[in-house]
Amino acid sequence: MKELLELFSSFGHITFGHVIMWLIGGILIYLAIKKDMEPTLLLPMGFGAILVNLPFSGAIGAEGPLTTLFNAGISNELFPLILFIGIGAMIDFGPLLSNPKLMIFGAAAQFGIFFTLCLASMFFDINDAASIAIIGAADGPTAISVAIKLGSQYLGAIMVAAYSYMALVPIIQPPVIKLLTTKKERMIRMPYEGKSVSKTTKILFPIIITVIAGLFSPESVALVGFLMFGNLIRECGVLDSLSETAQKVLANLITIFLGITIACQMEAEKFLQKETLLILGLGLFAFIFDTAGGVLFAKLINLFSKKKINPMIGAAGISAFPMSGRVVHKMGIKEDPQNFLLMHSIGVNVSGQIASVIAGGLILKFFM
Amino acid sequence: MNAYAFIENLKYMGVGMLGIFLVIGMIVLCTMLINRLFSGKTK
Repeated sequence: MKELLELFSSFGHITFGHVIMWLIGGILIYLAIKKDMEPTLLLPMGFGAILVNLPFSGAIGAEGPLTTLFNAGISNELFPLILFIGIGAMIDFGPLLSNPKLMIFGAAAQFGIFFTLCLASMFFDINDAASIAIIGAADGPTAISVAIKLGSQYLGAIMVAAYSYMALVPIIQPPVIKLLTTKKERMIRMPYEGKSVSKTTKILFPIIITVIAGLFSPESVALVGFLMFGNLIRECGVLDSLSETAQKVLANLITIFLGITIACQMEAEKFLQKETLLILGLGLFAFIFDTAGGVLFAKLINLFSKKKINPMIGAAGISAFPMSGRVVHKMGIKEDPQNFLLMHSIGVNVSGQIASVIAGGLILKFFM
Repeated sequence: MNAYAFIENLKYMGVGMLGIFLVIGMIVLCTMLINRLFSGKTK
């Protein structure tokens, strides 16, 4: 009889917080499957949230596999950095290299990070505020690396915010863009003059970026370096099998571990705090002001430039690749079916990836 | 809530945005240089 009662001993330790986290996990899984919102991360995070919120869960703790994985790859930023190799191998910098000036829009679209830093500092200590602000980088590995290095206690909420808003870019950006632009501005045509880019340029580019970013911000060398290493593998032309492995097998493997392991930070006591709602709100601000920063900067350039730029491409400087670039292109087509902004918006989008990593490095330089 | 913290940390916004533009600006210049030096070679 005693043994039979032992079977039900965990039931007595289910708390209201556990149930809420099961629901949140279920919502993340629903969004991943039914709405196709960043399923590679939201599904493992959702399931992991359920795993770690079962009473006396064997998945966490001193000998729990999720805690072991967390210590092996998250707390030392290893998983996000290795993922960056895969991401770098996926990126084609060609459209950007044929018109390098587009990179300034990538820089402008990081405005939301620093504005959110100021906002968040009103409610959190500076390291947590910086970790929350980096949600605006719209880049998972950068957000994880910065939050871990700064010792933020809100990693779970930051990751849920970062990946959810990355998936919501098609919903967040258009209203902001429409608010800040006129129909006439949205209809500005930008014919694409595709200039050829030599293989030598494509090989030198990742090396040069790493050196320049590393000299300005040594703290960013790991982030920038791993991203550019992946790109160099892709562009060198002699490592096709490694490039394919990095883009597919490596990226998928690390994504599996990353998603489910981040859930270690989603235990009810850590996640269900009023600060979580505040973090979700501040993360949304970061994305909104990133978009606004890019668009307004493009409008500023237009004041002094004879050749007008469609200001919507500034919004593509947010690092959510390739969604942001596609959103801008679709908005352009909607206003004028003959206006193809894709090559410009993708070029700016790719530059946002570089700028967001540099922003992460600067944040670390300020606060580490 | 510490409203003064917003004003106090504006300096990071200024230096941060200036820093990003500076780094990106250097990258743009170097890219334009290598484009000029190595243009015309096979893709």
